[in-house]
Amino acid sequence: MSRPRLINRDEASAPLERELLVRIHDLMVKTRALEERLIQMYKQGHGYFWIGGPGEEAFNVPLGLLMKRGQGLDYDYLHAHYRQSGTMLALGEEPIGALRQMKNTATDPYSGGRNFAGHFSKREWNIAPVSSPIEVQYSIAPGTAMAQKRHGGDGITIVTGGDAGTAEGDFATCLVWSSRPANPLPILIIVTNNKWGISTSADGQHGETRISDRGRAFNIRSKTINGNDPIESYRELKEAMDYVRTERKPFLMEALVSRLYGHSSASGANFVANEVDPIKEFEAKLEKDGVLTRQQMDELRGRYTEELAAAARQVRDEPQPAPETIWNHIYAEKK
Amino acid sequence: MANMAQAVRMALHYAEENLGVMDIFGEDVGAPLGGVFTATQGLKNAWNSPLDERGIIGAAIGLAMAGQRPVAEIQFADYIFNTIDLLKIAGNTHWSSNGDWNLPMVVKTPVGSGIRGSIYHSHSFDATATHIPGWKIVMPSNPLDAYGLMISACQELNPVMFLEPKALLRVKGEERIPGEPEDERQLSKMIDAPLGDRTAWKPQWPALEPYAVPIGKGKVVREGTQVTAVSYGRTLPMCAKAADTLREQGVSVEVIDLRTLWPYDWDLVKGSIEKTGRVLFVNEDTEVTNFGEHLVRRSVEELFYKLLAPPRLLAGKFVPGIGLSDNLEMASVPQLGDITDALRKLASEEP
Repeated sequence: MSRPRLINRDEASAPLERELLVRIHDLMVKTRALEERLIQMYKQGHGYFWIGGPGEEAFNVPLGLLMKRGQGLDYDYLHAHYRQSGTMLALGEEPIGALRQMKNTATDPYSGGRNFAGHFSKREWNIAPVSSPIEVQYSIAPGTAMAQKRHGGDGITIVTGGDAGTAEGDFATCLVWSSRPANPLPILIIVTNNKWGISTSADGQHGETRISDRGRAFNIRSKTINGNDPIESYRELKEAMDYVRTERKPFLMEALVSRLYGHSSASGANFVANEVDPIKEFEAKLEKDGVLTRQQMDELRGRYTEELAAAARQVRDEPQPAPETIWNHIYAEKK
Repeated sequence: MANMAQAVRMALHYAEENLGVMDIFGEDVGAPLGGVFTATQGLKNAWNSPLDERGIIGAAIGLAMAGQRPVAEIQFADYIFNTIDLLKIAGNTHWSSNGDWNLPMVVKTPVGSGIRGSIYHSHSFDATATHIPGWKIVMPSNPLDAYGLMISACQELNPVMFLEPKALLRVKGEERIPGEPEDERQLSKMIDAPLGDRTAWKPQWPALEPYAVPIGKGKVVREGTQVTAVSYGRTLPMCAKAADTLREQGVSVEVIDLRTLWPYDWDLVKGSIEKTGRVLFVNEDTEVTNFGEHLVRRSVEELFYKLLAPPRLLAGKFVPGIGLSDNLEMASVPQLGDITDALRKLASEEP
């Protein structure tokens, strides 16, 4: 048996195994196929609103792969935003759940037809419900991190949000509460920076050079990375997560990413040609390095596109939630 | 007898010893102060948070998500308004996740007038709180209920808003809290922190017993036949006093302490209105879009043909704040005389 082929970036300290590269690529393509299917469903009238993360696969997939998946304090908590289907799929989620949420069926595993697309929630894996008000997750995340700090072990809290939302006070809240000398928290604070807030360009809003610079004021270890490169994302995330896991202290990571279909269906959900496509770049590298052939990658894309089209047809025939279910789950009850 | 601040403190002590409450936090909640109203003094799990209301509510949500039972304090309800969207999230998380997540968290905050707190220390929150589905909302009017409701709140699977009528926090109760020593001076010696240096001080907690006031159950505090007064919090003892005065004048008033605003004890209210045919709802939140208006509406819709007079609401005036001057505060929210007059008038109203 031959040794697994390694790919070395020039400056790479920890090369990734071929198997991992293939897995990351597979998940990135699967994620893209899912997002494109969701957009198509929206445009065909099979959903009311789309928001998602095509363009963020190179960051979100490694994040999901590196998370310690499970329920409770021994595992990682994710307080995500609505662009993280890649993280969900990397954790092992089936894409049909996202289609069900788009079609707001009774079978929607995240909200039973109650919430928008991309608003994941899964207690079994410590995935906190995604909320539409942006950045509120930054106020909530220190709570799970506090419980994990007290509990011990190596479970950490991960919170993600966008660059525009860092203008909200909740982002400052997260920096303040994570770095209190009385109780520094095991929390990985992530900002995916696509340089846009709906139609508002970051250039007009950010006085700071880097969003990650804001961590310095709180003595939080911070870094800006190229989130369009899955290898860099994987390595940097692993290093940051190892730090948070072992040191039980916060880390602020800013990942520069693309936004390939605009903000959401509100801005048309059309492909934006002048953004870097991380899949395209990664595939060129994989082909150049002999990891995968063009044909293999095209076949993969075709297979996922077909699978998701079939899943969408299946979801179309599934029932909507019954009107009387509005009264379900207002309160939790003792069982 | 313990006052309400002591009662809350004892309930929280009971909760941290017996109900798994490991975080009691907010601005100045931990040592050395133990809360600006001393309701968290001496508690082993009380700690000081940053001066950040959104952080406080957010952290409580996160702790609850992680399976803890946090009790968070907003120093004055006047400062909770910038957390409304987080309160909304806390209320809708169970519903929006289709029953997957639940948040066993308590938020306590002092409300209402009575300490000459001026514009920003006199707000009520009952109307706003009852407008956020998914929460249970309680508001005691005496120390024993405060003790029992806090214990129930700390056993809940859902978010509970514990509204403390600040005018009553220093008022001693008429009933003893189970386990409370007979001598109130002895109680004070045991659990009130000394003035000055408190670094070495530790409370001596009495052997408290479990006592839970069920959430959703009101209480008849005065029985009567001619008119019903439904209230809670600061205005409740005034209603009871008005009923005592009116009884001497030959007017029979039934007084109901709602205790829980949501879910509220409609059966109790309904039964009383059916008996008396007349009802006055009393609270001190501003009168426009007031929780009492909901109760008036329900009374009209469900009990119209039983009524001998229109249901009335006596509430705070719809003005932007409560002014500092004694005259301004007294004129802004219902006082004993207003309640007595309104009840007397209602009792004599004929169709």
